[in-house]
Amino acid sequence: MQNKPIALKILDIAAIFLLAITTYIALVVAPTEATMGAVQRVFYIHVASAWLGMLGFIAAIIPSVVYLRAQDLKWDRVEVAAIEISSVFFFLAIVLGSIWARPAWNAWWKWEARLTTAVITELLYVAYFMLRAGIDDAERRARFGAVYALVAAASVPITFMSIRWVDRTLHPVVFGVSRATSEIDMAMTFDMVKALLFALFTFTVIFIDLFWNRIRLGDLQEKVEQLKLKAML
Amino acid sequence: MTIKSSSADDRPQTADRESNRLSSIVHGQPSSNFLKAISAVVWKDLQAEFRSRELFSAMLVFSLLVILIFNFALDLDIKTRQSVTAGVLWVTFAFAGTLGLNRSMAIEKDRGCLDGLLLAPVDRSAIYFGKAISNLAFMLIVEAIVLPVYSALYNTNLFQPGLLLVILLGSIGYVAVGTLLAAMTVQTRTRDILLPILLFPVVIPLLLAAVQASNGVLTAAEASQIMRWINMLIAYDIILISTAYMLFDYVVEE
Repeated sequence: MQNKPIALKILDIAAIFLLAITTYIALVVAPTEATMGAVQRVFYIHVASAWLGMLGFIAAIIPSVVYLRAQDLKWDRVEVAAIEISSVFFFLAIVLGSIWARPAWNAWWKWEARLTTAVITELLYVAYFMLRAGIDDAERRARFGAVYALVAAASVPITFMSIRWVDRTLHPVVFGVSRATSEIDMAMTFDMVKALLFALFTFTVIFIDLFWNRIRLGDLQEKVEQLKLKAML
Repeated sequence: MTIKSSSADDRPQTADRESNRLSSIVHGQPSSNFLKAISAVVWKDLQAEFRSRELFSAMLVFSLLVILIFNFALDLDIKTRQSVTAGVLWVTFAFAGTLGLNRSMAIEKDRGCLDGLLLAPVDRSAIYFGKAISNLAFMLIVEAIVLPVYSALYNTNLFQPGLLLVILLGSIGYVAVGTLLAAMTVQTRTRDILLPILLFPVVIPLLLAAVQASNGVLTAAEASQIMRWINMLIAYDIILISTAYMLFDYVVEE
């Protein structure tokens, strides 16, 4: 049995520690938002989870391309790790967004550009796992997975663009110039920005930690498979 | 002066071209070979379909049934009809399209035809374009029958050049993605149920743009409003066709 690398152990502890600090900052340190009140505190974790969701889906493009070029299953494990983590955090972001939306919009859900895109993106990656589940051969599973991940990556920006054209956004636009078009204006104070940046940093560390662990798990699974084959022979 | 000289040069030029064509047939010029391979695949599919009429009749009857169900589900009176016609049409085309795509690839897989095709000494993308074009042909034929039937049943004129253009662009994009994904799903265990699950989230922007554009045409909206959705359709077609073109090799490789 391969021992866990010491750097990964340190990263594990750092991630847990940072998450505890972020929770504390979001719940206690950050100022209460004037119009939305305490429920706004979910925003730090919500944005950070959505960020991880996007990060992994974008990061998965690279191993997909490399896998198709090099045909090395190692890259397939990297790709799966990225998409797996992302789909979990994206789901979290959607759920947390709903929790926030209930008091802010007076509805769990609104058919609005970002929310719709988020759901379609999540469905794309659910389809990705269903495709993989239907294939037994490891090589083919990896190949088709990479192809579908790239097709999905090509379609998500168009989805976002087209849905955005249909209806104006209700979602608070936190960054960028279009703040005035949003119905709910979220005026962020400097402390809130600091809290958000810290949450983003924390979740990025969590992503790296999970990513590393997941790739390591994939490698170990592969090793177990090979040992099993050897034992059968 | 220039016109005269060019017409004087015409004969040797055509002779040259003729000999070029001959040599390309004999020695195999890449571009003409590519086109020949595509047309061979298309021709094979059309001929097989012309003999069995399996796919076409299934798609057609299915689309008519979908329209029938919509009739009861939405109670298509004159007022509703105006706002939902585009949506009903595109849902019908999308469902019927999945049926056709699944079947057209399953035929290739079942009797090992795909392996035969892959053994042919042509570029793999020629097979992709061939299959895509024949799928497009089936879809367009079905649409060409559904449109007049819908027009007659609901007393609306759907034969407007704008709408036909939108339907053409929408079908091209749908088939471009669908052919690639169907080539993957037929090689999986859960092949029949998997295609719509993989395909629909990818074609949502296409369907959305197509519905918006069709609605614009049917309600005689401003040209600029319609044009931006048509541009979106064209952009989608170009992006997804090139993506599929690059990736098809990896889907059929053994």
